[in-house]
Amino acid sequence: MIQYLQNNVAVIEAALSQHVVLALVPVLIGIVVSLPIGYLAVRFGFLYHPLLNLSGILYAVPSIALIVLVPTIVGIRILSPLNIIIALTVYTVALLVRVVADGLKSVDPLVTEAASAMGYRRLRRLVSVELPIALPVMLAGLRVATVANVSLVSVGALIGVGGLGALFTRGQQLDYAPPIVVGIVLSVLLAAVCDGVIVLIQRRVTPWTRAAGRIAA
Amino acid sequence: MSDGLLGYLLDPANWQGGGVRASIPALIVTHLWYTVQALVVAAAVALPLGLYIGHTGKGSFIAINAANAGRSLPTLGLIILLVVIMGLGFGPVLIALVVLAIPPILTTTYAGIRAVDPAAIDAARGMGMRPLQVLFKVEVPIALPLISSGLRNALLQVVATSTVAAYVGIGGLGRLLIDGLSLNDYGRVVAGAVVVAALAIVLDLLAAGAQRLVVSPGLTGRIPRRRVGTALAAGGSTALDGGDRDGASLAAGDRAPLAAGDGDTDDAALAPGDGAALSARDRASS
Repeated sequence: MIQYLQNNVAVIEAALSQHVVLALVPVLIGIVVSLPIGYLAVRFGFLYHPLLNLSGILYAVPSIALIVLVPTIVGIRILSPLNIIIALTVYTVALLVRVVADGLKSVDPLVTEAASAMGYRRLRRLVSVELPIALPVMLAGLRVATVANVSLVSVGALIGVGGLGALFTRGQQLDYAPPIVVGIVLSVLLAAVCDGVIVLIQRRVTPWTRAAGRIAA
Repeated sequence: MSDGLLGYLLDPANWQGGGVRASIPALIVTHLWYTVQALVVAAAVALPLGLYIGHTGKGSFIAINAANAGRSLPTLGLIILLVVIMGLGFGPVLIALVVLAIPPILTTTYAGIRAVDPAAIDAARGMGMRPLQVLFKVEVPIALPLISSGLRNALLQVVATSTVAAYVGIGGLGRLLIDGLSLNDYGRVVAGAVVVAALAIVLDLLAAGAQRLVVSPGLTGRIPRRRVGTALAAGGSTALDGGDRDGASLAAGDRAPLAAGDGDTDDAALAPGDGAALSARDRASS
């Protein structure tokens, strides 16, 4: 195992850095896309069920199917990393739309009414009252999406672009466990680090939830 | 889309048995058979464990963290590792599928049981129910929306993962994808992807329908009712609207918050249709 690590540092580093890009770019795009969609679902009630059902259906599609269908639909080469990024973005959006909508719906109507009564217009009320209150729910969803993305990237190895997944297919071809173990460990660690970072951000930006937790406990 | 891409999918020969290649219906049946086996084994392990942990509160650390740990395991890596260690065959794949299906079932079962209003449990005890009766006549029915959403998640997970598992040589719809990729037969890849996606969606819809049938209508909010009382934010906070008989609203979220009843909720709690509206967040219970 240590032998393998020493001899393949460069390969592992390349796989890891590709993995980070493939996992996190979709998360960032997903946040940007799902915020307005989730808001629309809450703002216009008739959109809520169609949008959430659609995202539920997209979420049900197995990742490998989505990854190989994307080139057909979008018309790019099958080996392009863009396929993975687009497929994972679809997943992230499918998950986050629901989370954003649920988060905004969890805002107590009394609070929004109070904000309106204090003269907040819709946009300012959304940004400075509703979004902060919805933040804990949304960040919890973001953790799920990020961790899922990190582990899904490796499926891309089946079409030749999969970050750490390349170590899995390599181990399969060589019938040799060390690269597979290294890949799994790094992937799980990466997921844990991303999760931890979001938790830290959450503590930073929503200090009131911890205060409330202490009181409840 | 050109005929080439959809050719394999639309070719009647691929839907009939008897040829050299396995027909698409045969692959679907194989795929479903894998799915059923993995799901049954996973449920046989995770449901009792989740009920036990949820009912007693012992070992809740495991149940809370199982979902995240399971989600962060790369499925392809796990399958390949087990195959490299144990050799080719369905055995290692089944183990991998079960390992990946257990966390969602375990965590939601636990969260569902924990989220049951303690007043309902108190009332059940007060009526003379024994512990097992409390569990199966009160806690399980109230937790059913969450438990079945966990089962649905596990179902999707298994369908998707057994597709990936075709890489290590098992049958099922993944064969179309993997063989198509290695043969550069893109039509076959598209056929596999479309059929797998359709299968997953149909199974999820069927499971959603089954969920509607088994879950008490009083819990799903399908009985029209004005939402009163405090809306409940997730993230562990607790809200109870004590006086209003319409009011106790539970949301099962991150830390399985409990809405503790005080006093007057007894009869409302025993007949959930009357009093408690439980909003189970479907997928994103982390």
